[in-house]
Amino acid sequence: MPDLSEAGTYRRVALLGGVYSNYLALEAALKLVENKVDAVFALGDFGAFGPHPDRTLELLREKGVPAIQGNYEESLATDTDDCHCGYTDPRDNHFARISYDYTKERTSSEHKRWMGTLPKTLRLRVGKSRVLLCHGSPRRINEFLWESATPVPFVRRLLAEHETDVVACTHTGLHWKRWLAPGRGIVNAGALGRPANDGTPRVWATILEEADSVLDARFVPVDYDHERLAREMAEERLPSEFVETARTGWWTTCLEAMPAKERAAGRF
Amino acid sequence: MSAPAVRAYPVAPLTALDTVWFQVAGTLCNIRCAHCFISCAPDNRSFPMMTRAEVGARLREAEEFGAREYYFTGGEPFMNKEIFEILGDALALGPVSVLTNALLIKPKTAARLKSLAGASPYSLDLRVSLDGYDAATNDPIRGEGTFDRIMAGLGELAAAGHDPVVTTTEACEGVAASEGRARFLEFLRAAGLKRPRLKVLPLLRLGAETARTHAYESWETLRGRELSETEGAGLQCTTSRMVTAKGVYVCPLLIDFPGARLAATLRESLRPFELAYPACFTCHATGLSCRT
Repeated sequence: MPDLSEAGTYRRVALLGGVYSNYLALEAALKLVENKVDAVFALGDFGAFGPHPDRTLELLREKGVPAIQGNYEESLATDTDDCHCGYTDPRDNHFARISYDYTKERTSSEHKRWMGTLPKTLRLRVGKSRVLLCHGSPRRINEFLWESATPVPFVRRLLAEHETDVVACTHTGLHWKRWLAPGRGIVNAGALGRPANDGTPRVWATILEEADSVLDARFVPVDYDHERLAREMAEERLPSEFVETARTGWWTTCLEAMPAKERAAGRF
Repeated sequence: MSAPAVRAYPVAPLTALDTVWFQVAGTLCNIRCAHCFISCAPDNRSFPMMTRAEVGARLREAEEFGAREYYFTGGEPFMNKEIFEILGDALALGPVSVLTNALLIKPKTAARLKSLAGASPYSLDLRVSLDGYDAATNDPIRGEGTFDRIMAGLGELAAAGHDPVVTTTEACEGVAASEGRARFLEFLRAAGLKRPRLKVLPLLRLGAETARTHAYESWETLRGRELSETEGAGLQCTTSRMVTAKGVYVCPLLIDFPGARLAATLRESLRPFELAYPACFTCHATGLSCRT
């Protein structure tokens, strides 16, 4: 049996999906949940999309936020040339490469070393429920678990194979949850660093808590100075497509991996 | 002590049953494409249509194994008279993709598909095959007059609010390179698709394609090769199976090969497969996955 208390037992925790170098949203989220949760966990992909990657890493480390690796940290820690985001479309890969090259170049070697010390998964308890934190899925760091493509039978299999009540993941950038039974299911924390393709610049954090003896997930909008982020992205000569997303909330890249339902909800 | 048996070909284990394919229309198709790797045609009855009951039996098994997604192909799936009921059954269990030539997509069909998609929490993806930017490139492959009819079908899907995926093959010159791909997507946008998606497939020198070009050469084989874990994980046969009216096959490409039929049921088909076919060489060399 896996150690279920690896990262402790809590009543209420905050989960942060991909921060993507959006250190301004990270600051805002940490402030928002301060004194409201027992702990904050970061689910990987601290770089990509935004500017000045070290600012996010300094903040996470200074605040002592327990973290797991995403594909970005795995790639940066091992000095590989590719972020292994898992896209198949050449346009998506083109933008993924720009992000990765920028982030790799500007991430200090000390932070890269730290990334290599992070676990790929963490287990904790929230109330009575066993929760497994992972980046893509418990079986693959860059597996996309979209709401419309992660069906109940598959979730049941994941929970059984990984001996947990809840899988909490990120990687897709869109937040959602699916319960198979009270306190048993999957929660995708979405992204803290990029809007949820909903036409608003806000981003999202996730609160896992036991209420009335049953675990539930709440998605909390986080407002931050997105105009400042957009300005800094432009100053850093990051692609105008990224800047547009920070301002409008509509995704302009990473579109081809999306299933029909999620794609139809966006503008592009 | 005897030495362990030496295998001539590497073996792919089934690591997880994620994707289940259904050859729901058998080998029956309303057109006869020059590059079809299983030679589907109006008169190819080597694989019959599947009934809703046959599909349902395998869907129940797939659910038990925690399958992640379902693909429906043929032949032409919309020639199957029970197709809407079958798609509804599958959409109750997970996301569905249908591979079609769009010739039978009329306003009523597109609307019915839209309502099926709306009723499920899971995605319904429609994947339409098209082999060029115009009739001059498409029709020699897919048949006289098909370009206009496929574009009409795509138009109906778009009008009903679908975002179809268009599949093309490397028979469409230049499409595999990013310039060609961008050109193809632009063409689809101009044709009225709001959020066009494109899947480019390599050609498989099997079935009708062997007459159009040529068969595999003798050196195009995985014989004597050993696959690393990463190479193995990239092969679609490690995570999927193909269900037909004549049993469960290892993948959609090899149904013409009796040795690729694994069992009558999914449960019995979950065993390793020896990669002894030239198409296995293509999957390995190109990273081909029939998934979208």
